[in-house]
Amino acid sequence: MTAAADAGHVLHARGISLRFPGVQALEDVELCLRAGEVHALLGQNGAGKSSLIRVLTGASATHTGTITLDGREVRPASPLEAQQLGISPVYQEVILCPNLSVAENIAAGRYPRRSWLKGGGIDWRTVETQARTAVASLGLELDVTRTLGDCPVAIRQMVAIARATRIAARVLILDEPTSSLDDQEVARLFAVMRRLREQGMAILFVTHFLEQVYAIADRMTVLRNGRRVGEYLPAELDRGGLIAAMVGREFAPSQRPVRDPASATGATTPPLLELQGVSRKGGIEPVDLSVGAGEIVGVAGLLGSGRTELARLAFGLDRRDGGHIRVGGKGVALRGPAEAVGHGLAFCPEERKTEGVVGELSVRENIVLALQARRGLARRVPLAEQQQLAARLTAALGLSTSDLETPVRQLSGGNQQKVLLARWLATQPRLLILDEPTRGIDIAAKEDLMRAVAELARAGTAVLFISAEISEVLRESHRVVVLRERRKVGELPGGCDEQSVYALIAEPA
Amino acid sequence: MTGASEATSRRADHAGLRQLLAPLVALLALAIVGTLTSPGFLSIGWRDGHLSGQLIDVLNRAAPLMLVSLGMMMVIAVRGIDISVGAVVAIAAAVAASIIGAAGKDAGAGALFAAIAGALGVAALCGAWNGLLVVGAGMQPIVATLILMIAGRGVAQLITGGQIITVYHAPYSYLGNGHLFGIPFALVLALLVTVALVLALARTALGLFVRAIGMNPLAAHVAGVRARPIAFGLYVFCGLTAGVAGLITSSNVMSADGNNAGQLLELDAILAVALGGTPLNGGRYSVAGTLLGALVIQLLTTVIYSSGLPPQANLAFKALLVFAAMLLQSAAFRDLLRRAGGTRRA
Repeated sequence: MTAAADAGHVLHARGISLRFPGVQALEDVELCLRAGEVHALLGQNGAGKSSLIRVLTGASATHTGTITLDGREVRPASPLEAQQLGISPVYQEVILCPNLSVAENIAAGRYPRRSWLKGGGIDWRTVETQARTAVASLGLELDVTRTLGDCPVAIRQMVAIARATRIAARVLILDEPTSSLDDQEVARLFAVMRRLREQGMAILFVTHFLEQVYAIADRMTVLRNGRRVGEYLPAELDRGGLIAAMVGREFAPSQRPVRDPASATGATTPPLLELQGVSRKGGIEPVDLSVGAGEIVGVAGLLGSGRTELARLAFGLDRRDGGHIRVGGKGVALRGPAEAVGHGLAFCPEERKTEGVVGELSVRENIVLALQARRGLARRVPLAEQQQLAARLTAALGLSTSDLETPVRQLSGGNQQKVLLARWLATQPRLLILDEPTRGIDIAAKEDLMRAVAELARAGTAVLFISAEISEVLRESHRVVVLRERRKVGELPGGCDEQSVYALIAEPA
Repeated sequence: MTGASEATSRRADHAGLRQLLAPLVALLALAIVGTLTSPGFLSIGWRDGHLSGQLIDVLNRAAPLMLVSLGMMMVIAVRGIDISVGAVVAIAAAVAASIIGAAGKDAGAGALFAAIAGALGVAALCGAWNGLLVVGAGMQPIVATLILMIAGRGVAQLITGGQIITVYHAPYSYLGNGHLFGIPFALVLALLVTVALVLALARTALGLFVRAIGMNPLAAHVAGVRARPIAFGLYVFCGLTAGVAGLITSSNVMSADGNNAGQLLELDAILAVALGGTPLNGGRYSVAGTLLGALVIQLLTTVIYSSGLPPQANLAFKALLVFAAMLLQSAAFRDLLRRAGGTRRA
C-alpha cells in the first residue's frame, strides 16, 4: 500500500483484530478517517467501539493489523506515544484534575519553562496566555484561572478538547462527549467540532444519539460484534437502516400504547408518593408532585433544571429543607435511603458506576444487596434463594451473563444498568425512581429496560422516570412534569408532542 | 475462609488460595529454619496433661496478636483503621489487674469475673469512642484512633499509678497460662472469637454488607445499607478483641504494665492483616489469611530467639520478611516476575 493510495486519509486502520481471554473484541476491522471530517463510530454496547479506540490510542498494544497515519505506518504502544503522533482522545468520563485551574489543566505535562536566567521554573504567564488562546480558538469565553472543579461538565469537556487540540492533534477522538450535556451545550460542542473540522482535523465521534450523528457527521462506520458492518454516508442510510445495521435485525421501536394507569380505576386510593412544597437550597424550589400506583410520571427538563435533585429528595438521599413527603398517604421523615427502602422506595441513580453498582461484587450479590438491606443484618437471604432470585431477574431482563458470580464491573454499561434494576425489582418496590436509566446504553438494552419498567407499572408500581431525552420521556410516561431552572413549570399529559414540552422549557422565567 | 464469596465458585477459590500463598510460604520457610536450628521444633508432645512443644508455644503466644488482628481486619475492611489497639490492650490489662489487686490474693471467682467484665467493658468503651469519632464526627480513622493511641497509654498509667501492678490471684493466671482439654486457654479464646466472627460473616449479611461498604460506600448507602451502625459496631468489636488480648497478656505475666503492655501491637496487627492478603483500602477480608499472618510474625520471633541470633536482629528480620511477603503480593512485581520468566523461556 503506497502513500498515494491513502491520499486524503489522515488515519487508516486495516485488519485490526484484538483478542482478550475468551473474547474476540475486534476482528478484521477497518477504519478510515479523512482530513476535515467528522466521522461517527456507531455500534451497540460491546460492538467493539471502545476496543477500537483503545487500539488507536495505544492503550491496548496486543492487536494485529496496521495503522497508517499520513501514509506512514505507526504502532502507538502507549497513550503518550499516540498523543505525540497526533492522536488525542477525549473520554466519556473526562479525565482531568478538578483541583487545578483551567489553564493548568490545558498545559498539564507540557508546562512552558522560564529560562534559568530568569530564575527557572514554570512560566505561569505563558501558561495562561496559551490557555487563553486555546480556549479562544474553540470560540469559547472562559476565565482560564478558574478552578476546573467549579466548572460545569460541559465546560470541562471543552477544556479536555482544548487540551487535546493543543498537542497539534491530527486526529481527535471524542468518546460519548454529549452524554451528559444538554441541548444548548451540545450545540456549543458542535460549533467547536465544526471549527476544528474546518481546520482540517479528523474527528472520530462516538455517540449513542442518532439525531446527533445526522446533525454533524460526514461519514459513519458501524461496528457489530467486533466486526465492521460498513462505512456509510449519512445521506445513503436513514435512521431505520442505521439501527438495522447496528442491531443486525430489522428494528421497529416496540409500540407500548400509553394506557391509563392502574390507579385511575380506583380513584379513592391516595397517591403512592406525594411531595408537597419539597425544596432544598441550591437544589430545587418548592415543588409539588404526586405519583399514583401503576402510574409512570416523567420528569423533563434540561441539564441543571433540578431533575436529579428532585429524584434525590424523593428518595431521601438528600435532606429536604422544607415541605412534606407522604408515601401511601402517610407522612414520612425520609432521613436516608435505608428508610426509603423500608417504605418500599427504589432508586436507580444517574451515576451508575459510583452510586449504583458495587463493581467488585458479583451479579448475584449486587442484585440481592437492597433486599438484604431491607431485611436487615440478621435475616440473611439464604444462598439458594439468592441464586434463584438472581437467575429469575436476569432472565426476565434479558441480561446476557452466563455466570451470576461474575464481578459486575466486567459487564457492559447496559448490563450493569440491568443489574441495578434487578436489584430493585428484587425488593418488589412500591415506587421506582429512575434517573437517566438509559444514558449511555445501547438500543436493545434500552428496549429491555423500558419494557420491564412498563410491565412493573402495569403490575401496580408507581414510577418516577427522569431522562434527558425528551422524546423518551413522552413515549414512556402517563404524565410529564416539566422543570426549568430548579422550578416546576408545568405538567403535561403523556403522548403530547415534544413541541409543547420545549415551549414550557424555553419560556422565559 | 476468605471473603471472596460464600458460593464456592472455582475462580474465587483460586483467588483465595493465591492470597494465602505468601503467608503459607513464609510460615513454611520459618518452620524449616526452626527445625534446622532446633531439631525438636515441630514435635508436639503431651506433658502434665496438656499439649507441649515449641509449635504449641508459638500458637499460644500468637493468640493475643491473632485476636487483635481479627478486629483490625474488620475495621480495615470498611476502609478504617485502628491504631489504638496497643493502648487498649494496656488499658484492659490495667483495669483487670487493678480490680483483681483490690480484691486481694485470696478473693474468689467473683473477683475474676469482675475483672474480666471490667476489662472488656472498658475495651468496648474504647472501641465505641473510636467509632464515635470516625462514624459520628467523621474524622479520618488514622487521626481519630491516634488520639486514643496516645491518650490510652496515659490512661493505663493513671490506672496503674505509674507502677507495674503485680497480681497474686491464682485463678487469674488461668486466662494466659491455663489449658482446656490440653489446649492452651489463650488459644481457645482466639479460636472462639474466630468461630464467632466466621459465623457472623457467613450466617448473617455482615459479610456482604462489609464488602459492599468497603468497596463502594456510596453505592451501599444508596442501596439502603446502614453503613454507620455497622462501622461503629466493628470498631467496638476491634476494641473488644484488644480487651481480650489485654486480659491474656496480663494474666500471662501476672502483672500489668501501663507503659509497655501491647507496645507496637497495632503495627504488628496491621502487618498480620496485610500479610494475610487483605488490602488496606478496604472491601475485602480474609480470616484465614490474617490468622496465618499473625502466626508468621510470632513464629519469626520464636525462630530468631531459638536459633541463637541476637534478639536485636528481630526487627531487621521482621522487616526483611515483610518486604518479601509484600513484594510477592504486589501485582506489579508478580507481573515483572512473569515477564522475566517468559523471556527466559523464549
